[in-house]
Amino acid sequence: MGRTFVGMPPFPVAARTALADSQLRRNLAHATGTIRGKRAGAVAELEDWEDLGAQAAAVKDRTLAHLDEHLVALEEALSARGATVHWARDAADACAVVADVARRHGIDEVVKVKSMATQEIGLNEALAEQGIAAWETDLAELIVQLGDDLPSHILVPAIHRNRAEIRDIFRTRMAAAGRPAPDDLTDDPAALAAAARLHLREKFLSARMAVSGANFAVAETGTLVVVESEGNGRMCLTLPDVLVSVVGIEKVVPTWRDLDLFLRLLPRSSTGERMNPYTSMWTGVTPGDGPQEVHVVLLDNGRTRALADEYARQALRCIRCSACLNVCPVYERVGGHAYGSVYPGPIGAIINPLLRGVGQDPQVDALPYASTLCGACGDVCPVAIDIPGVLVHLRTAVVDAHRSDTRPTAEALAVRAAAWTLGDARRLALAEKAAGGAGRVRRGRGMPGGRGAVSWLPFAGSRWTGARDLPLPPRESFRAWWRRGGGTEEGRR
Amino acid sequence: MSTRDDVLAAVRAALGPDRPLEVAVDRTYRDRDPLPPGADVVDLFAERVADYRATVTRCSPGDVEAAVAAALGAATRVVVPDALWLDVPRCVPDHGLSAAELDAVDAVVTRATLGIAETGTVVLDHGPGQGRRAITLVPDLHVCVVAADQVVAGVVDAVAALNPTRPQTWISGPSATSDIELDRVEGVHGPRRLHVVLVTG
Repeated sequence: MGRTFVGMPPFPVAARTALADSQLRRNLAHATGTIRGKRAGAVAELEDWEDLGAQAAAVKDRTLAHLDEHLVALEEALSARGATVHWARDAADACAVVADVARRHGIDEVVKVKSMATQEIGLNEALAEQGIAAWETDLAELIVQLGDDLPSHILVPAIHRNRAEIRDIFRTRMAAAGRPAPDDLTDDPAALAAAARLHLREKFLSARMAVSGANFAVAETGTLVVVESEGNGRMCLTLPDVLVSVVGIEKVVPTWRDLDLFLRLLPRSSTGERMNPYTSMWTGVTPGDGPQEVHVVLLDNGRTRALADEYARQALRCIRCSACLNVCPVYERVGGHAYGSVYPGPIGAIINPLLRGVGQDPQVDALPYASTLCGACGDVCPVAIDIPGVLVHLRTAVVDAHRSDTRPTAEALAVRAAAWTLGDARRLALAEKAAGGAGRVRRGRGMPGGRGAVSWLPFAGSRWTGARDLPLPPRESFRAWWRRGGGTEEGRR
Repeated sequence: MSTRDDVLAAVRAALGPDRPLEVAVDRTYRDRDPLPPGADVVDLFAERVADYRATVTRCSPGDVEAAVAAALGAATRVVVPDALWLDVPRCVPDHGLSAAELDAVDAVVTRATLGIAETGTVVLDHGPGQGRRAITLVPDLHVCVVAADQVVAGVVDAVAALNPTRPQTWISGPSATSDIELDRVEGVHGPRRLHVVLVTG
C-alpha cells in the first residue's frame, strides 16, 4: 500500500495513456456529467450567487494580505481553548509532528478524515515508515487505499472507478485490512456502502487517535470546520481521545461570521447540494465531549511561495470544491492521474506550480499547458479565481525560468528563427516565396473557410500534425499580391 | 529559529513591506431574504429536510411524546441526553456510555439548537437536551425534536445566532455518500435514518 505520484511522467505523456482507456473515459463522462447537472440546479436557487462569490473572494484576499496577523490570532485562540499549535514549514515537519504525537501515546494505528493537506504531504507513507498504520475512512479514499491506487479527483478520489471495479477491490482487498467484505457482495452502491460501514465501524470504535484536515479555521475563535457527507468525519472527530488536524495556512478566515459565505458556497458548488449532510465544528477541547487532546498543525509547504506571487496568490482562495474539474474538457477526457498530483484538473494545473515552483521539474512545468484556455474553470469558480489568467501567467513564468537553459527547446529555436525572419523585409519576402511554393505543392484536407490544410508532416512537424491540421500557406503573399496591383480594380479581376 | 518563526517570516517576506490596499467586503448579502418569495419559513424547512430523504412529522406541543414514540418504532434501546424533558420509552440515559455501548443502542432522541429553512439543516450545539456529540452519531436512528420557533430563514441567521465556542454539528439529512459513480446512497457511518419531529402551534 502507499503508491505516490512521485516519478509520474509529464502531462502530455501521461494524458496519452489515459486517453487510450475507454473505460476510464466512460466513468468520467458519466460522473462529471451527473455532478454538473446537480450543481447547476443548486446554484440557480440562490439569486445572488455571483455576489456571494465576489464577497467570499474579497474576504480571502483581505485575509491573505494580513495572513501573519490572522495566523497569530488563530494560534492564540486555539491555545486559549486547550489545543496545542504546531507550525510546519514543509511536509517533513508536518509528518514528524503527527508521528511524534502517535509515538508519545504508543499508538500504531490512526483513523483519517479525508484531507487534501495530508494527501499533499504524503502523511500515510511517512507514518507507515514509522510503523504507524493510517486508515482512510472516506469511502472513496478507502477504495483508493484498498486498491493501491492514486486519487484522481479532489472531492471523489475514486471517480475513475465504476461499481463493478469497486466490488472487486472490496472482495479481494478488504480482508487484509480488517473485517472482510460479505461473500455475497453485489455491485449495488448501497451494498458497497454497507460493506464499508461494517468494515470501518470496528476501526472507529477502537481508534485512539484521528488525523484530519480542516475546510476552514476561524482566527478570532480558534474554531475548525470539517464539511463532509458520510459521517466518517464525525466518527474521527468525536470518538478518539487524540485528534491532530493538519491545516494549510490559507484555510484561515478572520471571523466566525465569515462562515456565512463559505458554508453557502462550498456545498452547492462542490456536491450540488443545498448543504452537505454533516458539518463539524470544534474549538479546542470541550471537556467531556470529543477528543481531550487536540493538536493543530499549521502547514506552509509552498503556500508562502504562492503568496509571494502578487497576481497568482488568488489561487490560495481555493476552497477545494472541485467544480473546475467537473467542467474541464481536458479533465473529463484524461482524468486526474495524468496531472501527477493530489490536486488535478485546472486548479491543480495552477496550484502545483505555485506550491512547488517552476523551472526545476518538467512534470510541474508541463501543467500550465494542460489546458485549452477555454475559460470554463474560471467561470465556475465560486471564489472567482481567474484560473485561465493564472495559467497564462504561469506559462510565462515557465518560459522565463528556462531562458538561460544551455539546451534551448525546439519551440524556442523555432521562435528564434521566426524572429530572425520577421525582423527583416528581405528575409520575410524570401520566406514568403518559399512558403507560397509549398502551398502550391502540398495538398491535404480542407479547413473551415475553404483553405487547404496539411494533415501529415514528417518529424518534427509531426508533433503538430499528430493532433492538428496545419493550414497551407497562401499561394501568394499579401505583399506580392499588392505589388501586382491586387489593391486596384484591375488587379482584383 | 523555530518552525513558527520560519513560517511567519516566510509569510511576511512573501507579502513584502507594501501590503495590498484594504479590500472592501460588501455585507449587504446578509440583508437579503434567502428564501423564494412568499415562502413560509417552517413549511420550507419541513420540505427541505424531507428532500434529503429524512422523515418529518409535525405535531402540536401536547403530542410530542406520542410523535417521538411513533418515530422510534421498534427501537428497543434508546439513548437520551440530560435535560431532554420528555418521557421516552425504553430509554437508556447517557451516563458516559462507551462507543461500544453506544453501538449496541438502536436510537437516540435529542432536541436541537436551531433549524435552517434555506438548507433544511438541523444544528446541534450539544448543550442541554442535545447531549455530547457521540450519542447522536453512533446509533442508527436519530429522532430530533425541533420547535417551529427555532427555525431561522437562512445560513446567515444561523451563523449569527450560534455560539462558536460550543462544539457544533450541522445535520442535513441522514448520512450519505456519492462516492460510487456519484450515485447518492443514504446511510453510511452516521445515523442511517433521521426523523425530525417538528413541533408547531
